[in-house]
Amino acid sequence: MITVQVYVSLKQGVLDPQGSAVKQSLNTLGFSEVEDVRIGKHLTLTIDAEEGEVDIEERVKQMCEKLLANPVIEDYEFTIEEVVTS
Amino acid sequence: MLSVHEPTAQQIYDECIYREMGLSDAEFAEVETILGRKPNYTETGLFSVMWSEHCSYKHSKAVLKNFPTDGEHVLQGPGEGAGIVDIGDGQAVGFKIESHNHPSAVEPYQGAATGVGGIIRDVFSMGARPVALLNSLRFGELDQPRVRYLFEQVVAGIAGYGNCIGIPTVGGEVQFEPCYQENPLVNAMCVGLIDHEDIQKGVAKGVGNSVMYVGASTGRDGIHGATFASEEISEESESKRPSVQVGDPFMEKLLLEACLEVTKHDALVGIQDMGAAGLTSSASEMASKAGMGMIMNLDDVPQREENMSAYEMMLSESQERMLLVVQKGREDEIKKIFDHWGLAAVVIGEVTDDQRFRVYHKGEQVADVPADALAEDAPTYYPPSKKPSYYETFQSQEAYQPKVENMKEAWLSLLSQPTISDKSWVYQQYDHMVRANTVVQPGSDAAVVRIRDTEKSLAMTTDGNSRYVYLDPYIGGQMVVAEATRNLVCSGAKPLALTDCLNYGSPEKPEIYWQLERSTEGMSEACHVLNTPVISGNVSLYNETQNGAIYPTPVVGMVGLVEKQEHITTQQVKRSGDVLYVIGEADANFSGSELQKMIEGDVFGPVSPIDMKQEASRQQALLEAIRAGYISSAHDISEGGLLVTIAEKLIGTGLGADVTLKGDLLAEAFSETPSRFVVSVPTEMTESFENIVPEARIIGRVTDQSTVTVSDAAGERQATATIEELTEAWEGAIECYLKSEV
Amino acid sequence: MRWAVIVFPGSNADTEMYHAIKDVLDGDVSYVWHEETSLEGFDAVLLPGGFSYGDYLRSGAIAQFSPIMSEVVRFAEEGAPVLGVCNGFQILLEIGLLPGAMRRNQQLTFLCKHVELIVENNQTGFTSGYEAGEKITVPVAHGDGNYYCDDKTLGKLKENGQIVFTYAKNINGSIENIAGITNERGNVLGMMPHPERAVHTLLGSADGAKLFESMEREWRERDVIRT
Repeated sequence: MITVQVYVSLKQGVLDPQGSAVKQSLNTLGFSEVEDVRIGKHLTLTIDAEEGEVDIEERVKQMCEKLLANPVIEDYEFTIEEVVTS
Repeated sequence: MLSVHEPTAQQIYDECIYREMGLSDAEFAEVETILGRKPNYTETGLFSVMWSEHCSYKHSKAVLKNFPTDGEHVLQGPGEGAGIVDIGDGQAVGFKIESHNHPSAVEPYQGAATGVGGIIRDVFSMGARPVALLNSLRFGELDQPRVRYLFEQVVAGIAGYGNCIGIPTVGGEVQFEPCYQENPLVNAMCVGLIDHEDIQKGVAKGVGNSVMYVGASTGRDGIHGATFASEEISEESESKRPSVQVGDPFMEKLLLEACLEVTKHDALVGIQDMGAAGLTSSASEMASKAGMGMIMNLDDVPQREENMSAYEMMLSESQERMLLVVQKGREDEIKKIFDHWGLAAVVIGEVTDDQRFRVYHKGEQVADVPADALAEDAPTYYPPSKKPSYYETFQSQEAYQPKVENMKEAWLSLLSQPTISDKSWVYQQYDHMVRANTVVQPGSDAAVVRIRDTEKSLAMTTDGNSRYVYLDPYIGGQMVVAEATRNLVCSGAKPLALTDCLNYGSPEKPEIYWQLERSTEGMSEACHVLNTPVISGNVSLYNETQNGAIYPTPVVGMVGLVEKQEHITTQQVKRSGDVLYVIGEADANFSGSELQKMIEGDVFGPVSPIDMKQEASRQQALLEAIRAGYISSAHDISEGGLLVTIAEKLIGTGLGADVTLKGDLLAEAFSETPSRFVVSVPTEMTESFENIVPEARIIGRVTDQSTVTVSDAAGERQATATIEELTEAWEGAIECYLKSEV
Repeated sequence: MRWAVIVFPGSNADTEMYHAIKDVLDGDVSYVWHEETSLEGFDAVLLPGGFSYGDYLRSGAIAQFSPIMSEVVRFAEEGAPVLGVCNGFQILLEIGLLPGAMRRNQQLTFLCKHVELIVENNQTGFTSGYEAGEKITVPVAHGDGNYYCDDKTLGKLKENGQIVFTYAKNINGSIENIAGITNERGNVLGMMPHPERAVHTLLGSADGAKLFESMEREWRERDVIRT
């Protein structure tokens, strides 16, 4: 089994109103050191495959570009972890 | 095999584990008598949820039976998913209101969202197409950050669910009062349309018929939600978060469409929502209502989590699930319909004739109890009732008289009180127009939704005024019902029936039980006189925190029929030159009024009685005048009194008014005496109007000026306000609070 | 003229779209379930509002992969009229028939109200019945209506007259107050406001009716040329 952690976030330069609201709120709560907040999505994919069996990286890239992220406004990155199953 | 973590029947008895589940010693003993043995863990769980207040009404049954529930139009009274009333031409309207107070107190977004989801399922399980949602919300004062958080999240949760599923949220009310600070009230109502022949019931008839499960899979969410809703809120409630369910409005949209198709299919025998107490309540109630039994195999129940015990599955309150009984051998026809909507329907049991509810899990029988015992045999309590001392005190006081130095200042301040001010911040978050039938949008006395392909429309409203119920439960109870009918009549509708949500503190306290008794007596009396039977409802007790109980808060949801489109009337004035009339005289008693609250920071004193016969005859006369086409706008006088009513009639119209008050100026301007209306009448209609409503009195005229002038009988000017000033005071007051820093 | 209203799981403004065609034009309109694969015989496609697939992940993201959508793309590429309203607009953006993307409303809350729109371009097959610069009242009901595109795309939209409707007052943070745009060819229109909810004064406005009338007129004129 392979676990893939996918992070999708708004591109730099695209206004993130949720992030701004959270930043404002943190500042109000006394965390004045917070200068910027960007909110994104974190997806965990569990994939039935072994490392090296298929080109996981290429497959996940396709998933991101086809569905998980909208390239007009979003960037993505991901990490691949092998899970040892007993 | 039983899970090793589950206590044995002997341990449950010895260690009184049933108490943690909410059963009393006497109730547990009763269960032992019914079974003739000690119940096991799963069975104890079944009884504890089914005998909780939320499912059994054990503390409220005695007062609920006083409500009139019959009437010439009533097709289905209380006891099913929703009540149903006839509206002619083979059509009917089904509706119900329900509370989701406790879940909303700990997780406001999901608590409110799943409250909406639950009430929608109640309505479509009857076979009715949901056409509108309403709500009734109560919070503490907005100067508290926690209250603002609860308020924002509850509104977002209602919006999130209703908007996604695509049923317009057309109306509601919001009130702010310190007693709701830690215990907000979230009551949601759904209204549906149905043809007579499509009415479904939640019954499990026909030996051998299949019991089918459809919708979301079962997880551990909301276990013991029903008992949770029947306890006081404590600091521990916060740590009960896992008990709150998460809603999936997309799943419910699919379920709604599929179930409405299925309810037209003749292979369907019965259908019921898995609401509070999940599988347990839907299965045992369906069997009990049909006088049958049921066998259920939990291994066939779709499960979201691993290693769930029978106890957990039976008590899970996972959302968006329905239980169906289908004719034996025709399961595939039903499956096919669900399949089209991407939903799986699976057989999990069958109907038996032994009147027992038997549950199997991993090859073992885990429960065997009489179906009736769960659904019907919960004890009925007649708790002691005692007149509270505060009531005696208020009765001995003089009617409250405020001191107002500047009429205009008081007027503007009243308009900016959160309970009175503009609620567009709330209702603009709700899609109130989806399905394109909303004729009168939120913000008027009642919302009006047209019925496509007919001349008819439905008017609907939710109302409650707990201040008056608190001061005088009997009169307050009458006032709540009367106000709802007034709102419908002002919209051009004949009130048909009501659904009620009774929100109170702990009934085990004699003073609280007295409030419950007296207020429901008042409501019953009003229902009789106004001919509006109670066709469905819900009780939410134990709304208490360490700081005390909430005000007794009965909320009424009411639906009326507008027979012709031309009868639809709104509160806003229509044209310059129209004559303004007031119907009904003001009484110089300000106890319980918004003005008292504003000046004194609290409410106290005796409430003046309401003459129900006069109320009924006034409403009848007004409706007659509306139907005759004599009236261009109508609005009842409620919180804030006459001047607030007039401001609400003018704001946004571009028109102004000249008003003359007579007699006691303060009472005339700000008293909240019920059974009163302000209407505008075109000059050419005034004579005809006065013939129908002889007690109406002219108080002024609509002008094309952008000001409102208020003079006394001698012609002396008492106040002049521009529409801009009134609008500014009224608009944005809520947003202003929400944007204020901590 | 035959109209198709595409229904996705989670569409919820499909009925008013259907009835708008019936009420305004007494038109020949059918629902087309998203699993269908043919639009044979239809002259116009309407993608209604709602929350297709719950709008989970992103509004309109999952619906773009419904079987019918490749047929909608083919239909659009042939130059036939496609109108996407609200969620329909979001789907058209996701599938790339229109440029740009939607973000959450700037105020972060859903907004439902009647708003004033300005008809920026009345030289399209959707807006020929309006005056240039005409102000119309149409309801909005959305949480993700904050239109975004990069500067280059914006430049092209302006140059080609693809900005068809703007909000008279910015209600959601959209760049340049954009409420509705077409593709370059002008046969695909996406708009956040709901013209189908504004076809009767009883419901507060009838200003949306002209949009459907314009579409029908355009089709009739093209049909005359064709035959």
